[in-house]
Amino acid sequence: MFSLNDLLVMVPELYLTAAACLVLLFDVFLKDDQRDATHWLAIIVMLGAIFLVIHGQTPETVTAFGGMFVRDHMAEILKVTVMVATILMFVIARPWLKDRQLFIGEFYSLAIFSVIGVMLLVSAGSLITVYLGLELFALPAYALVALNRESKLSSEAAIKFFVLGALASGLMLFGMSLIYGATGTLALDRIFAVAGTTPHPHLLQLGLVFLVVGIGFEFGVVPFHMWLPDVYEGAPTPITMYISTVPKLAAVGLAYRLLEGGLGPLAADWRVMLAIMAALSLIVGNVVAIAQKNLKRMLAYSTISHMGFLFLALSNPTAEGYSAALFYAVCFALMETVAFGVILALGRKGFECDMIDDLKGLNRRSPWFAGMMALAMFSLAGIPPLWGFMAKVLVLKAAIDGGMLWLAIVAIICAIIGLFYYLRIVKVMYFDAPVEGAEPLQAKPDFVLRAVLSINALGLIVMIGFSGTLFEWCRAAFGV
Amino acid sequence: MNHATLQMVCFIVFAVVAVGAALAVVAAKNTVHGVLALVLTFFSTACIWMLAEAEFLSLALVVVYVGAVMVLFLFVVMMLDIDMEPMREGFIKHLPLGIGAAAIMLIEMLGIIGVRALNVQPGLNPAGVSNIKWLGEALFTRFLLPFEIAALILTVGLVAAVVLALRVRTFSKRQNPAKQSAVRAGSRVRMVKMAAVAQVPASAPASEEPQA
Repeated sequence: MFSLNDLLVMVPELYLTAAACLVLLFDVFLKDDQRDATHWLAIIVMLGAIFLVIHGQTPETVTAFGGMFVRDHMAEILKVTVMVATILMFVIARPWLKDRQLFIGEFYSLAIFSVIGVMLLVSAGSLITVYLGLELFALPAYALVALNRESKLSSEAAIKFFVLGALASGLMLFGMSLIYGATGTLALDRIFAVAGTTPHPHLLQLGLVFLVVGIGFEFGVVPFHMWLPDVYEGAPTPITMYISTVPKLAAVGLAYRLLEGGLGPLAADWRVMLAIMAALSLIVGNVVAIAQKNLKRMLAYSTISHMGFLFLALSNPTAEGYSAALFYAVCFALMETVAFGVILALGRKGFECDMIDDLKGLNRRSPWFAGMMALAMFSLAGIPPLWGFMAKVLVLKAAIDGGMLWLAIVAIICAIIGLFYYLRIVKVMYFDAPVEGAEPLQAKPDFVLRAVLSINALGLIVMIGFSGTLFEWCRAAFGV
Repeated sequence: MNHATLQMVCFIVFAVVAVGAALAVVAAKNTVHGVLALVLTFFSTACIWMLAEAEFLSLALVVVYVGAVMVLFLFVVMMLDIDMEPMREGFIKHLPLGIGAAAIMLIEMLGIIGVRALNVQPGLNPAGVSNIKWLGEALFTRFLLPFEIAALILTVGLVAAVVLALRVRTFSKRQNPAKQSAVRAGSRVRMVKMAAVAQVPASAPASEEPQA
């Protein structure tokens, strides 16, 4: 049975559920030209949820509904970052959506529902809540990718995303049923307790393999990365921004809950799987990104290589590895937002600024945006002293401490290869002349967009000073 | 044949049929065959659940999925085929497959009945409650949170379906009943004031008056 206490633990999730329904209904009564009200309401609602998460944080881990819901610091950091990334997406997406007649209320309610899914996923304490959280998060994402029905590319991306996503959750579900068969329980802490002594170790290992495959799909690591470039390219750019940030954060929570929280005793098995996938993603992601002409596709392959870095951290199954992964994911989300934000801001009605050639001579046309893009690229490439560099150092340190020296060397070589395509963007923007007869860019981007994007980009610099604090939070989340 | 052996044999048969039919779903070139194979998959799974004494879930699977969802699927798949001629001749063509699927289902059903009939002592049921009652209690107590999340997922599915399917057609000539009934006579008929005097044609010939 549940008590009032269970509900109190879940206040942010319950509030956001009620608020999502409110946004959904509120929008129905608006006329098309009043849609801005939905936009601002959605942002206020999300800010309220951030407040509730931060305000209601508990000194120690609490559980609700018989351990099905776990509220700890890791979950809180991830929830706040996910909501910040979503708010940034809302703000940056508005002019883009308006220009393309996609400015509809359901965009906001679906995104909020998806965020609720992430919140439940990162707080899951049982295989059932993991799976349901994952579905609740993924289903709106499929619909959002297909939002632009006029575009064939968008529909194709949505179908690929949906089919592969369904396959991944099917595999994961199969793994969960095998684990249930081997341990006789769905609760992750119970699985942890009996995993070492189960009479069916091979069944458990088979289940683990399927779980790792499912997690690999969520991250988009090689060899489960096939959907990523097509979806990035085909999805409406604000949604690309969403699926390049939020799911990665969610996947860190997912991996931690399932692999450490549930199958920690099998760490010796899964860390090798993660290490191999990390090495493959680093190589494939960085090498293939060089060949891309489309900016969104290039960022997709760059994401694959960054996910390799995340797996590098996770392959050290200690608090150090997890805190490095968490820190990396948070930094990555904020850097990606800037990169996609610039693409969104420069596009206008009938023109998508998504080819690398479109950026030629950007410095002469719009120096401020060129500066922000360069900052994002330097940060993603890991040039000191930017955030990307610090995150990479922490990850490499975690990997070396975990005895994965070979992997750290692979990662460094790949990061140097990766420098090429990030710096090419910078070169194109600053040293190339604009193409003759190039499409004009967005003449005057929306003021709120420019302000928020600038704050986000400057944040990448200012936050360097606070990265120690952030890393301390990440470490505290895992009890170091 | 004793009870345990028959149960094992039935399980293997159901499992093989379920997996084989699932493969057929993917391999079938004809979408109608694919849907029929999917029906068989669901039915075999339901039989396995019945063996595991999860009667309610098993019946729900048959009633909801086989009975409602799959029939809808079949309709949709048949509608997709715009070419009308092959659809008409489809009945005879699909008949052998349909009969085959039905025959396998019949065998499975008989197997289940056989297992049930041989099972003299009742199964493990210490609480003395039916499994529907147990399921209901579990759903609304221990599994309340997942149950509610599932409800949210359904809501999202509904919203997403509407977003993707709703098209505001500007050219459609549909009627709006609310507008129609709100109409007043004044907006349809224009009353024009006119002088009540009839104008006499000025050039009326006087000569046509009857002679006295």
